[in-house]
Amino acid sequence: MAQQTLSSPHLRGALTTARVMQLVLLATVPGIIALTWHFGIGTLLNLAWACSFAVALEAAMLRLRKRPIGFYLSDCSALVTAVLLAVALPPAAPWWLIAVGMLAAIVFAKHLYGGMGYNPFNPAMVGYVVLLISFPVQMTAWVPPRESGALLGAMEAIQRSLALAPQAQIDAVTMATPLDLLRQNSALLIEDLWQQNPQFGQWGGAGWEWVNLAFLAGGLFLLQRRIFTWHAPVAMLAALGLMAALFYDGGSSASGGSPLFHWLSGATMLGAFFIVTDPVTSAVSTRGKLIYGAAIGVLVYLIRHWGNYPDAVAFAVLLLNFAAPFIDYYTQPRVYGHGATRPAEREKS
Amino acid sequence: MKPLATFHGGIHPPENKAQSTVLPIAGASLPDELVLPLSQHIGAPARPCVEPGQQVLKGECIATAATAISAPLHAPTSGTISAIEERPVPHPSGGTGLCIVIRPDGEQRWAPRHACAAWQDLPRDQLLAQIRAAGIVGLGGAGFPTAVKAGTRPDRIIDTLIINAAECEPYITADDMLMRERAAAVVSGIEILRHLVQPATILIGIEDNKPEAIAALQAATGNSGIQVVTIPTLYPSGGEKQLIKILTAREVPSGGLPADIGVLCQNVGTAVAIHDAVVEGRPLISRITTVTGASCQQPRNYEVLIGTPVSHLLALAGWDAKRCDRLIIGGPMMGFSVPDAAVPVVKTTNCILAPTREELPPPPPAQACIRCGLCAEACPASLLPQQLYWFARSGEHDKLEAHHLFDCIECGACSYVCPSSIPLVQYYRASKAEIRHKQREREQAERARQRFEARQERMAREAAEREARRQARAAAAAAAQAAKARADAEARPEAPIQPAADPVQAAIERARALRAGQTGDSSAASSTAPSPRQQAEQKVSTLEARLTKARKRHEEAVAGGEKTAAALASVVEKLEQQLAAARAELETTEEQT
Ligand code: SF4
Ligand code: SF4
Repeated sequence: MAQQTLSSPHLRGALTTARVMQLVLLATVPGIIALTWHFGIGTLLNLAWACSFAVALEAAMLRLRKRPIGFYLSDCSALVTAVLLAVALPPAAPWWLIAVGMLAAIVFAKHLYGGMGYNPFNPAMVGYVVLLISFPVQMTAWVPPRESGALLGAMEAIQRSLALAPQAQIDAVTMATPLDLLRQNSALLIEDLWQQNPQFGQWGGAGWEWVNLAFLAGGLFLLQRRIFTWHAPVAMLAALGLMAALFYDGGSSASGGSPLFHWLSGATMLGAFFIVTDPVTSAVSTRGKLIYGAAIGVLVYLIRHWGNYPDAVAFAVLLLNFAAPFIDYYTQPRVYGHGATRPAEREKS
Repeated sequence: MKPLATFHGGIHPPENKAQSTVLPIAGASLPDELVLPLSQHIGAPARPCVEPGQQVLKGECIATAATAISAPLHAPTSGTISAIEERPVPHPSGGTGLCIVIRPDGEQRWAPRHACAAWQDLPRDQLLAQIRAAGIVGLGGAGFPTAVKAGTRPDRIIDTLIINAAECEPYITADDMLMRERAAAVVSGIEILRHLVQPATILIGIEDNKPEAIAALQAATGNSGIQVVTIPTLYPSGGEKQLIKILTAREVPSGGLPADIGVLCQNVGTAVAIHDAVVEGRPLISRITTVTGASCQQPRNYEVLIGTPVSHLLALAGWDAKRCDRLIIGGPMMGFSVPDAAVPVVKTTNCILAPTREELPPPPPAQACIRCGLCAEACPASLLPQQLYWFARSGEHDKLEAHHLFDCIECGACSYVCPSSIPLVQYYRASKAEIRHKQREREQAERARQRFEARQERMAREAAEREARRQARAAAAAAAQAAKARADAEARPEAPIQPAADPVQAAIERARALRAGQTGDSSAASSTAPSPRQQAEQKVSTLEARLTKARKRHEEAVAGGEKTAAALASVVEKLEQQLAAARAELETTEEQT
């Protein structure tokens, strides 16, 4: 009687790539809720646009590349890219902006490099940087937080999202983020800034601190589910904190902000737990991940403090994506039985 | 004692061991026929020493060890040799192999046994010979002849004897049950090994998921100095290299042997087989095999005669073939599936796993590698499986070797954790085979090159010899001619006048002409045109010279791999023909003159 034959192992773990992606999506929920609470429904509109474009573009690319569409769509990786880009964009960003961003992310950064797993650069960050360079005005039009009392209404948000809102109105309800303010400020004590601007909350900017804490919670959830190891995010946060501490002078105008401010501001936690941990584009070995994360942390601080852009996570990540193969090359783990072996005790008792 | 170290990685697959430890070990019934493959071990296949039709007794040797690394086979029961033929064998390649088939007579009549209770008094060599003659091989899975492994060279110091009782693969409980039921035999076997190897330390490594076996061993070892080391359950702690690392904190060097770091590792089942062979004079004719999987009504362990068809054993365990998805020999991590339940149990068969489809579902289609690194985290050899996969797919053999593909123990931990369900181990196996194949090809090419060079040399030498011979012949011929001419000249006054057609006469004429030429009298020879014979001679020597030159050019062209080689070969051929023709012509002219 003939039995089917298969190659070993015959047993496999429960984790699948689709499951990993679904967990990542799930882990972004707290952050999305925090963003929506503090900045209005604009974030949800971003998400809706981004996810629709992502699925459509992914399907189109798979079709062009003659791959089974359903099979590859089911790995949910396009949705992860969409969500990560959508939460990084200013809430209620115009639809065409999102479309261009997704085009850059899904078509250029992902499929033109060979699709899932072959992309050297994080697609969401490629999309972000392309937009930032091409449309700096729209990309820096961040909406005011609930705490400022000028929360964007639902109708306004939809108008903006459909690109129907007049520019004057957009300008009227745009507010610099705390990171922007800190960079632009040159004459006051940081404490004065705090008091003058309603954008500042307790630690990292009104709204921002909660958004970051929410992403941190999502990240810890993924860590607990062993979706990634602690090395890269912890190294990044440690390096960023260390840099901030080194250059913090207690609050003068030239200061770069405290470690706490940097941890809880901008896209720090989103970056640390959702971007830096992207397995495809990061370093592989444990040591490599430590180096990779730490370098991103340092770069984030350098760009935030001396650079010219509202946030630095995207640039830092892309630079290190580029360096990841080199890091891998120099951090190969020692293989069993190579060097460092202990010989027999030569004397017989 | 506590374990000294841990190895990198490892996984915790569901154990599934409880179902087959409910019942004690049972003796499997006698099947209708026993099929004994000649190759059940690492090394040369055994050489049959029986004929079809011959009667054999239980324990009688039916095939002898063919070389130093080989193992003999014994009749597991008394009966008749019914055939020596190709049968399906349990092998990953799924093919057939030469087997001795025995039809049991059901009487279980034993051949004379050589029990040796006082083995302490035996010299080492004799003890090893007894182990070798009993056909004992590593029962843990690899099947390396035990006498070879235990008989290490005297210059190798073995300070640690490790008994592998980890049994880390899910489902398998053969060693567990053996230790529970025959702990005394385990210890007795270890004592024999201690006598042979004289180690300073003896460690039994056992996973902490076998409390009964641990208790039994602890009771049996007492204060013998044998230490039972309980290690955390973690697959693959029973891998030889991993167990050595755990127990001694030493690493077997890549490409080396445990003996290189002073360690000898033996499986518990092997220790019992040694006890049986030495103390009871019972060769290796049976083993403990776990029969398990959800398609078996009552999973349990059997003491099985080697050669029992798997189907017979499955029937005993209440196997439902319809529910069974595939048949696995060995465990779910490293076992291989066989297409046919007719294959026999061999010396290394520790488990027969007959799972249902729900139990061990076939892998879903592989997705792209997302470089999540879970495989690298799990790999007990600290390899980077995702990189190996990458290089295996692109066929970059150099990179594979640089990333230590050959240190992969094929444990399957990487495939187990891979969320994209990529059959990583399959890629590694295929790449290893490819690389080995290429290496063989390289070696063959190298040998061919050496052969070619040797041939070239030989041909050159022969050509030189031919040339030397030819010159010698020519010189001899010239000398003979001269001598003859002299003789003729001396004989001339007495010689009768011969007709012109007479060869003797012609020779005289020739000699005269020659002499005339030599003495400066040109009237006789130099004024006349060269004779046909001279012409022919001339032709032959020119052709010979040309041929030698052409041969040389041809050889150079072949050695240098030039494209002109073929053309030159035909030139050589043509010249050879011409030369042959010229030589024939020369002969006829000689006859004519
Ligand atoms: S576990 Fe699978 S998907 Fe993850 S890095 Fe390894 S091969 Fe790639
Ligand atoms: S099969 Fe090879 S590469 Fe995979 S985990 Fe085991 S040793 Fe590592």
